[in-house]
Amino acid sequence: MSQNLDLRDRLHPHGDDFYELLMAAHDGLEFDQSAALNARLVLILANEVGDINSLTAAIERAAAS
Amino acid sequence: MHYQNRKYPFRTPPELMGEGRGRYPVAIIGAGPIGMAMAIDLALHGIRSVILDDNNMVSVGSRAICWAKRTLEIFDRLGIGDRMLEKGVTWKVGRLFHGKEEVYNFDLLPDDAHKMPAFVNLQQYYVEEYLVDRIADFPDLIDLRWLNKVTGEEITDDGVALHVKTSEGNYWLSADYVLACDGCKSQIRQRMGLAFEGQTFEEHFLITDVEMPEPPFESETPERWFWFKPPFHSGQSALLHKQPDNIYRIDLQLGPDTDPTEEAKPEQVIPRVKQIIGDRDFKIDWVSVYSFTCAMLEKFVHGRIIFVGDSAHVVSPFGARGGNGGIQDVDNLGWKLAAVLKGEAEPALLESYDEERRHGARENIKNSARATNFMTPKSKMEAMFRDAVLNLASDLPFARRLVNSGRLSFPCSLEGFTLQSPHTAPRGLAPGTPCPDAPLEDGWLLNQLGKEFILLTIGARAKALAPSGVKSLHFENSPGVIAQYGDDMIYLIRPDQHIAAAFEAGTDSKAIERALVRATGSLALETAI
Repeated sequence: MSQNLDLRDRLHPHGDDFYELLMAAHDGLEFDQSAALNARLVLILANEVGDINSLTAAIERAAAS
Repeated sequence: MHYQNRKYPFRTPPELMGEGRGRYPVAIIGAGPIGMAMAIDLALHGIRSVILDDNNMVSVGSRAICWAKRTLEIFDRLGIGDRMLEKGVTWKVGRLFHGKEEVYNFDLLPDDAHKMPAFVNLQQYYVEEYLVDRIADFPDLIDLRWLNKVTGEEITDDGVALHVKTSEGNYWLSADYVLACDGCKSQIRQRMGLAFEGQTFEEHFLITDVEMPEPPFESETPERWFWFKPPFHSGQSALLHKQPDNIYRIDLQLGPDTDPTEEAKPEQVIPRVKQIIGDRDFKIDWVSVYSFTCAMLEKFVHGRIIFVGDSAHVVSPFGARGGNGGIQDVDNLGWKLAAVLKGEAEPALLESYDEERRHGARENIKNSARATNFMTPKSKMEAMFRDAVLNLASDLPFARRLVNSGRLSFPCSLEGFTLQSPHTAPRGLAPGTPCPDAPLEDGWLLNQLGKEFILLTIGARAKALAPSGVKSLHFENSPGVIAQYGDDMIYLIRPDQHIAAAFEAGTDSKAIERALVRATGSLALETAI
């Protein structure tokens, strides 16, 4: 795994809160609408992260699964 | 079944022997774990009660089996903690599977600073049996009446009259307070027409208790195995863990479309069990199919009728918050009701039970609903997120923490509620925190706390005079206590082992007295001091 990926759990102690929010955002959406929501969310979060090395590492890790 | 339920005898109550209508400080409906624990807690405060139960034996089937640390600490205060610890199975190793693959495992190391482990597995019938035995220690304070069914109630100016039906005839008795501990289908709640609504889950779950002489695990150490998408049936999840007497609990999540009666038949159950545990000897001990609701009453205190445990709130079983939540209700209510009945506090103190335990119930419902939602994805996208979390969990710690097969039940903090003083000390534990245990030279701190208000002072500089009616407990050079509570600190501890107020050494005695007035529910008087 790329060394640019932050292995710390940065969501803790709000992981469950985040997951509930995320599921609530998808509640009632058709699958395509959900996919579109995910696309927008990834783009916004990428901008929040900002750092291109971190983003490259994240894309590599996600694609490797 | 491997466990033979003791049958308890019907005894003719005094009301049916011509002694007229009995009057009791407290009448408790239901002799389950909550009702019996309630009677014992009140008896420890010197309060007399009568328990009325329509049945004559302890729980049929293992039912609630996971008892969390805080619950064990409460049961220890009530006098059955050691028996539970001795008989119960303390598991350490947990393994989580996604399909056939093990995603991760963990080892719950015991905390040497605490007498009680994170939790033990023990069948509900043992807990109830221990409570029945403990009740026998209070023959003058607890009147436990089997096969006495409450069928109606009348609320009067100074109490409640209950109508009771028995095989030898019907009678009335009166009580200053009635505690409804009659479970999730509470009949008194239904007769009072109280709304009990919440989220209902469509999934069915199949519980099987299996008796197996040889453990399915690699070693003798008891483990807990949890599967998402188990390879051995079509449902979403499965759980295997050990109870005493070589009984293993298997929970299978069935789809919403399955027929529960069909699924509970031995010809359905036995092949599935074989797929989980392989080719070894076993006997089916108990099978139950259930679905569940997360719901709570809008108010737990209705004048002189108070709801405790499942009659007040129900949760899904994930995270073991049903029985554990109910025992915390008992812990919270016992000392308050005793203080009101002894005239040491105004009835308004009971409103704090409502405030604090509704908060606890909301937290339990939130956590168990989250676990249920994680385990039962409602849409294709939810299922994809769930699978993505499991996929990343093998090497990314944040994803591991998102995996939710039930969050361990921790007691909630009561910080910010009416009885607790504001958090002003810059260090130490915050008011509202349940007291953590600590090792002493000759025992455990929690065994020294409870029953009455205690002023806990730590360190040579912290010597303070306890207000009248408050017991003093002082420690110096006690590393176990200092590690948990800090040095040169002063705490006012409630009879239910929660911190009501925290001060640094050197605080003036007026502040401690104010905190005590507040903690006994007399906030209106506080300004007078």
